[in-house]
Amino acid sequence: MSTGCRNAPVLKERGQREVFCGLTGIIWLHRKMQDAFFLVVGSRTCAHLLQSAAGVMIFAEPRFGTAIMEEKDLAGMADANAELDREVARLLARRPDIRQLFLVGSCPSEVIKLDLAKAAERLSVAHAPHVRVLNYSGSGIETTFTEGEDACLASMVPVLPQTEAKELLLVGALPDVVEDQALDLLARIGVSPVRCLPARRTDDLPAVGPNTRFALAQPFLGETAAALTRRGAQRIDAPYPFGAEGSTLWLKAVAAEFGIAPEVVDQVTAAPRARAEKAVAAAAETLRGKRIFFMPDSQLEIPLARFLTRECGMQAVEIGTPYLHADIHGAELDLIAPGPVLSEGQDVDKQLDRVRAARPDLTVCGLGLANPLESEGLATKWAIELVFTPVHFYEQAGDLAALFARPLRRRAALSGLAPHLEAAE
Amino acid sequence: MKLAVWTYEGPPHVGAMRVATGMQGLHLVLHAPQGDTYADLLFTMIERRGHRPPVSYTTFQARDLGADTAGLFKSACQDAYDRFKPEALLVAASCTAELIQDDPGGLAETMGLPVPVIPLELPSYQRKENFGCDEAFLQIARALAQPMARSEQVSCNILGPTGLGFRHRDDITEIAALLREMGITVNMTAPMGARPSDIARMGAAHFNVLLYPETAESAARWAEKTLGQPFTKTIPIGSRATRAFIEEVRALSGSTAPVDDSRLRQPWWAASVDSTYLTGKRVFIYGDGTHAMAAARVARDEMGFEVAGLGCYNREQARPLRALAREMGVEALVTDDYLEVEAAIEAAAPEMILGTQMERHIGKRLGIPCAVISAPVHVQDFPARYSPQMGFEGANVLFDTWVHPLVMGLEEHLLAMFRDDFEFHDAAGPSHHGGHAPQAVHQDAAQPAEPAPAATAAAAEGGSMPPEAAPPSPVTPATNNVIWLACAEKELKKIPFFVRGKARRNTEAFASQQGLSEISVDTLYEAKAHYAR
Repeated sequence: MSTGCRNAPVLKERGQREVFCGLTGIIWLHRKMQDAFFLVVGSRTCAHLLQSAAGVMIFAEPRFGTAIMEEKDLAGMADANAELDREVARLLARRPDIRQLFLVGSCPSEVIKLDLAKAAERLSVAHAPHVRVLNYSGSGIETTFTEGEDACLASMVPVLPQTEAKELLLVGALPDVVEDQALDLLARIGVSPVRCLPARRTDDLPAVGPNTRFALAQPFLGETAAALTRRGAQRIDAPYPFGAEGSTLWLKAVAAEFGIAPEVVDQVTAAPRARAEKAVAAAAETLRGKRIFFMPDSQLEIPLARFLTRECGMQAVEIGTPYLHADIHGAELDLIAPGPVLSEGQDVDKQLDRVRAARPDLTVCGLGLANPLESEGLATKWAIELVFTPVHFYEQAGDLAALFARPLRRRAALSGLAPHLEAAE
Repeated sequence: MKLAVWTYEGPPHVGAMRVATGMQGLHLVLHAPQGDTYADLLFTMIERRGHRPPVSYTTFQARDLGADTAGLFKSACQDAYDRFKPEALLVAASCTAELIQDDPGGLAETMGLPVPVIPLELPSYQRKENFGCDEAFLQIARALAQPMARSEQVSCNILGPTGLGFRHRDDITEIAALLREMGITVNMTAPMGARPSDIARMGAAHFNVLLYPETAESAARWAEKTLGQPFTKTIPIGSRATRAFIEEVRALSGSTAPVDDSRLRQPWWAASVDSTYLTGKRVFIYGDGTHAMAAARVARDEMGFEVAGLGCYNREQARPLRALAREMGVEALVTDDYLEVEAAIEAAAPEMILGTQMERHIGKRLGIPCAVISAPVHVQDFPARYSPQMGFEGANVLFDTWVHPLVMGLEEHLLAMFRDDFEFHDAAGPSHHGGHAPQAVHQDAAQPAEPAPAATAAAAEGGSMPPEAAPPSPVTPATNNVIWLACAEKELKKIPFFVRGKARRNTEAFASQQGLSEISVDTLYEAKAHYAR
């Protein structure tokens, strides 16, 4: 069997990176963990980013906020720690439903070396046992977009209780509906017990130990995997559960670890797999033979390229990713036929030059680049939708393919608009 | 440190980006960490721009901090110049780069680039977005404009419009047309649409028209002092202010040309009988200082509303806003704390809000209609159609926009007439409110409506709104320990729902004034007589 792209040369670039920072993960993490609050210790920029990434204007009182540092916090006129303690006390008094508080470091808090780990310890003592306080960095200087989730989950691992039980740990924040589907499939295959990280509520946090086997549901959780490994847990290596093929391979790898034959998986998954294949086939009508270019964004690029090339008949021109981890992306790279350029990191202007030269049928990119490329006549898919939409496992495989087909179908539907779509100046 | 959940203004470097993005032939090099590039999406998604903002970011990471971030900045400057060949370069630092003190201005100066390099000082931990606009535009003017001979014909500059401005695109079209009609040439409009070479000709104008003090007052004051150009003080929002603006421009220019106001419909629309029901509607007004003050004057003097609250989020405008609030007999609310604004609106219980997109969401939760009058902007604030706020057409737009969320006069009359009809009862709500009408569900205090998944909503019109939540329960215990007797409560329910809140408030106020502890049917009607106008 060929090793696909595993040994293909990688174009490494260092220049301007048009990516979100790790704080963005708070947008989905706070919805997943329903009794957690995410307090960013940062600047007005951090607050503005969260507001903008969260859909620009949604105004309830959310379970996240920013403690905005002011001049006096920097100049040492006020003790930043005392200020932080006061804000946390006020926040927790107002929100008695909060059981878990994350202090999230930002670029400015890192640069002034505000010790949030120490602050979290201090505040944990002050607010125990009702509230546990943890910390991680979501700063742009430390983390790129989905690495924020990785840093958050990794911060939880050291405080998880110890267990000797042989359990499967499903790692990665999935929408509840998808998580329920995965748990149901695993139960029917006979994998049990299964725990999730993150848990929906603090009381349901999993335990971990040398007999824990864990499977990543997301391809960007390298630090979390390392932290779990340090606790003695063992990772089950597999492609990620995108598309019918990815879902099946992922489930089979898990089943094998629990001594269950692949035939059992085939039998349990026959019906959902057939549904997924049928749904994917409908979108593949639009996608087959089309050329796709991935700008680096969420680290989902490699598994998605595998799904789109193998199950939807697309051709990958370039697969860009912020980071390429041979370890956690290896099983995916094995499946991708040689040909596409693999790139890691970014120099955005140079990469856009490559997009313009290649003129792909579809470019997967961030929101800052989508309309500018559309106005040049290049169809795009906003990458961020891929982390906010349920896309894992069989029942979502058709939706995942449709996310890529829709921009192409829309373009075709509007192609009669003469003379051509003029973008706003 | 101050806890913020939502913000009205971004950091100052976003203000500088709004100036740079509004202009042509200018490039901003921003010393900023990876992640600050999120700001691009404000322009490409909210404003639907088909070009990236003319901004290069150094996007330094932790590993660069120990190495050479200054070198990184210089290479970003050189790359930006080589690739984009701008007529001038702005250089600035975002909040994080401000802390590492690389001095972008000093670094860029040593590079000997063949174009003017304009350094900006943006104190991120003290100031905000509007300051960033104002300061960036001031520094551009100072660097590029020189005193020069005036144009032969009377001419002016239009100052203030930027990228991401609330209706700036259409305001400048409207005001430029008005000035042309008065025989005045527009020498230059800036920042929006201007090139650095246009800014250099700023001094040729006889005077300046300042449309947005938030973004350009410092530049206008500088031009007054250095270039000898007076500037207009009236913001032409509403028909009265537009007429005052015309008079001010006549005084500055000597123009005597007549102005055709035949397309101004707003005064008659407000005077016609269908608008009678607008009389005394209690409105809460909040936005940037300029738009809030203009809206308050229009609300009181041109719509016949009662101003029930007035506030702004930018402290720079606090003084004139406080003065106007005093004149209108309300307490000014100067804060950028969203939760404080929400509490103030809830306490004032207005019949309508004129606010920003954020107050629109407050209104949805409280069941109060809202029209948007000010930034911060949302994709809805960039309509495809022509929709200015300023000038005569702007006055027409204000009338339509403010009346739209309310029940129409005739419709209100019919609702009252048929209020007991089985399919036209209170709970059915006015038809065009559809799903927006308050519903009898209880908001779970511990689980407030949460953001919908995100950036998908960045462009989806209104798609990011939280699920509808109810206003405070329609029948609440009276405040001040005044008790509603069951018969009075029943009588209250016979009053049409759209005036019921007012009746309840007035009755309770009347009862506590009179020292009553219970409200009977008589109290209800005594209060009605007391407040009759």
